Order: sequence, then C-alpha cells, then structure tokens
Amino acid sequence: MDGAESAASKEVQKSDEAGMEKNENFLNPTPMLDELEKGPWPSFISGFKELAERTKKPMLRGVMDQLEYSYNTKMGYWKGGLVTVNGYGAGIITRYSLIKDKFPEASEFHTMRIQPAPGLHYNTAMLRELCDIWEKYGSGLIALHGQTGDIMLQGIEQDKVQECFDELNQAGWDLGGAGAGMRTAVSCIGPGRCENACYDNLKLHQSVLKHFVGVLHRPEWNYKLKFKFSGCPNDCTNSIMRSDLAVIGTWKDAIEVDGDEVKAWIDQKGIDALVNNVINHCPTKAISLKNGEMVIETRDCVRCMHCLNAMPKALSPGKERGISLLMGGKNTLKVGVNMGSLIIPYMKMESDEDIEAFIEKIEEIIEWWDDSGLDHERIGETIERVGLKQFLEGIGLEADINMVSRPRDNPYFKAKY
Amino acid sequence: MGIQVNGVTYETDENGYLENLGDWTEDVAKKLAEEDEIEMTEEHWSLIRFLRGYYEEYQIAPAVKVLTKAIANENNMDKKEASEFLYRLFPKGPALQACKVAGLPKPTGCV
Repeated sequence: MDGAESAASKEVQKSDEAGMEKNENFLNPTPMLDELEKGPWPSFISGFKELAERTKKPMLRGVMDQLEYSYNTKMGYWKGGLVTVNGYGAGIITRYSLIKDKFPEASEFHTMRIQPAPGLHYNTAMLRELCDIWEKYGSGLIALHGQTGDIMLQGIEQDKVQECFDELNQAGWDLGGAGAGMRTAVSCIGPGRCENACYDNLKLHQSVLKHFVGVLHRPEWNYKLKFKFSGCPNDCTNSIMRSDLAVIGTWKDAIEVDGDEVKAWIDQKGIDALVNNVINHCPTKAISLKNGEMVIETRDCVRCMHCLNAMPKALSPGKERGISLLMGGKNTLKVGVNMGSLIIPYMKMESDEDIEAFIEKIEEIIEWWDDSGLDHERIGETIERVGLKQFLEGIGLEADINMVSRPRDNPYFKAKY
Repeated sequence: MGIQVNGVTYETDENGYLENLGDWTEDVAKKLAEEDEIEMTEEHWSLIRFLRGYYEEYQIAPAVKVLTKAIANENNMDKKEASEFLYRLFPKGPALQACKVAGLPKPTGCV
C-alpha cells in the first residue's frame, strides 16, 4: 500500500508537469477507459459517463479520473475502513481513495448493500423511490445485482450514510449482509413465475431472512454463511457452487408424464428428436421407448432436469415434492473451490411447521459450526477438516446412502444388463 | 487529527482511533466516547475493562464471536441478547466503537 502511495505521488508530479487541458465537458478525458466502450458489448463506462453528464456529480468524475489513472499505472487505489449505521455492524462496504490528494473528488466512494426481495420481485414504484433516494444522497450508480445478490448502491460519503439509510429504511428497504455473519440470501423466481418450482422458495427465503435478521446485521460467527434457494434441480441460483447452504427443490416419486403432450411433441419434432435430444441425453439412461411410448424408470432418475427442460409441456416434477439441503459450496479460501455435498436428501416444505423444523435444523448446524469452526473458516471447510461423520454426529443426523454425491459412478454398484 | 483532554492533545487517526495506545486514560476514554455521542455508564466501563484486559493478555482485540460469548456467559444471556446488548451500548458495533473507546488498535478485516 505504501508503495502504491509513493508511486502515486511520483505520478502526480509527472502529470502536473504535463498540465491538464481545460475542456468544455463535465468529464475529463479518459482515453484508456474509452477503449472499454468499443466492441459489441454493453460497457459500464458508457453508463458511467451518461450518469455523470446527467447528474454532474463531482464524485463520479473523480472516480472516472482515478480509474483512468489505475489503468495507466496498473494499480488499484481503494482501501477499506469502518463505516456503519446505528445498530448495524455490517452492510456498508467502505472505500477510501489512497490518492485523494490527486483525486479529491474521489476521496470517498462507499457502497451500501441493499437486500433484494425474494426472487427479485419488485414493483416499479419501489424501484423509482430507491433511485430517487439514492440520487439525493449518493452517486446514483446502482449495480443490480452484485455477486452477493444485493442491490449495490455504489458511491456515497460517510457523512451522508446514516441519513440515506434512514430514508431507505422508511421506504421499506434494509441493508444486506457483510462480514462474518449471515449474508443476503438469493432465490430464483420460484413458483411466482416458474412451473418447475418444487416448493415455495420465496416464502422460505423470507421466513429464513426474518429469523436470521439479527446475525445478518450484527455478524458474530467464524465467517460468512450464505443461503441460496433454488426451486428445482435446475438450480438457477447456482446454489451448489455459490452458497454454504444450498436449498434445492426436488421430488420423491415419478416424473409426471402427460401422454397426450408427449404425442404432440413427437408429432411436432419427430421421433428422431426424442431419441437424439432427450433419450440419448439422459445421464443415467432412465428413459426408454416401449411400443412407441416414452417410459421413465424412476429408480434410475437422478433429477438432472434435462428431459423436463426439453419437454416442458409433457413432463413435470413428481407430486411428492420437497427440498434437498446441500452444504459447503464456496470459492477458494483455506482450501480450494468446493461444491456443496448433499446433507439432507429430502425434507417436506409445505406447511409453516415444515419451515419451522427446517430453521431449527439450520440453527443446530450453525451452533455446531460456531463451536467447532476456526476463525475465518467456512462451514464446508470445517466439515472437511473434522470429517463428515463427526459433523453428522454433531448435528444428530443419520448417515444416508443418498448422501453420496454420484451414486451411479460408485464402483460397487452392479447394474442389471 | 487529535483530541484535547485536560489541555493535552492526543493524536488520533482519520477514524478517531488513538495513534499511541499508551495515551489511554479513563479521561481520554470519556472524551473518545463523547466524540461518538456515547454516555458512559457502568455497563460501558465494564465492557471497556474486559476489552483492555483481553488485549493485555492476548495482544489482539477479541473477535466479535468471542466477545459475544463472554458477555453472554457473564450476564446469563443467550447470544442474541448479548449481541443486542452490545449494540445498545455501542450502536456502531462493539468492534468499531468499543475498541475505539477502549484505546485498542483499529480492527482490521471487512467487518
């Protein structure tokens, strides 16, 4: 960091000698950043410029200048710090400029994480209000949505944070998670707009959110913990890779087959398409043709969703629906990238009691992690360190054959041919 | 930046933390709390004493997890109550504000 600062001050002298040309535009010239506007893709630079020219906020100009400078020196110049609102220990991501002497307009550019509605169902009135409040106090720049799932309101000064939060909070918004606590959860569009949803993930998301709101705002665990709720095994939230607690809709019985719709599908696309694009793509060879009829062997189905996605009208998830819980997905940290492993193969998720039972189990899991985990250790790493057996004993779960991640690749499995 | 206590100026950083940890006295703590609009009660002082004791022993401020558990044990609270109790005393968070008043170094990390 010190190196960056001293390199920066040397650069300052150089560019001061060159002298900045005065121009008519609000923004200063940024030839390096302009390169990013070329090509067929949308560019954040274009959006940034548009916003800056419209709002004439000096902060935006400062950040553009600093970023241009960063592209020249190949260094980043932001540092963290401590900014928060009353009663909250998390939710604001602090960014101070390391070279505020050179770019005073960019001296502070903090981010407020705002929680999205489950399934990202907003109405336009709320979004408009959010934009208005944000433009009043902050830069107006919004990332919808960031990697964490939050609405990222980027660019505000420390002095305005509390006031801005109060107004947002009055309008019904709340800060998202940060630090070593529960993080903002993410859910797919769910039963609201998708026929494959096997449980009401939006309701579960909201219930879990309400239950864990305290530890979301006031982090106190080993490290972060993330929930993602996918309605079906298509896993549109990428929960297996990107959350510690992946809640995925599933079913126990057979895939529902609508015979008439299967016929209509074959009439339209041909039997070749059924064989080549559906049957041959089944990873466990669970589908066969018998007397021209499509038959699915439920025992062999691993719910990969391919046939359901290929024939959405003809096939739908079974009737006995619920959730699976996978745990331990995360990016590189103490150990490398992990995908979640199946911990609870099936749980019903229909009534309020089901939701309560689920939250109780999660509380038990967190309690175990809080006691057994090391500082800065994700729950998947703790499980890997102590072993799955110890973990299952710790939370009172019986080992289950369904917990193996890829049953048909098990060399001890003898298929009948 | 700095604060003035009994006519002596003490150096603080941009977030108001003491630059020299040796400068800390109860009067300095009162002044630091005042800057953050906190009225010190016995509960505040007890927490400050705990933080300073911990720092003296381990040369590091306690993790929030450790602090919450200790407070919960001491006051017969569950962890949720302890967390809310801590934030009632120091609304900007025990890591940020309590450490500042206790004259401990600024916590690092993304909390």
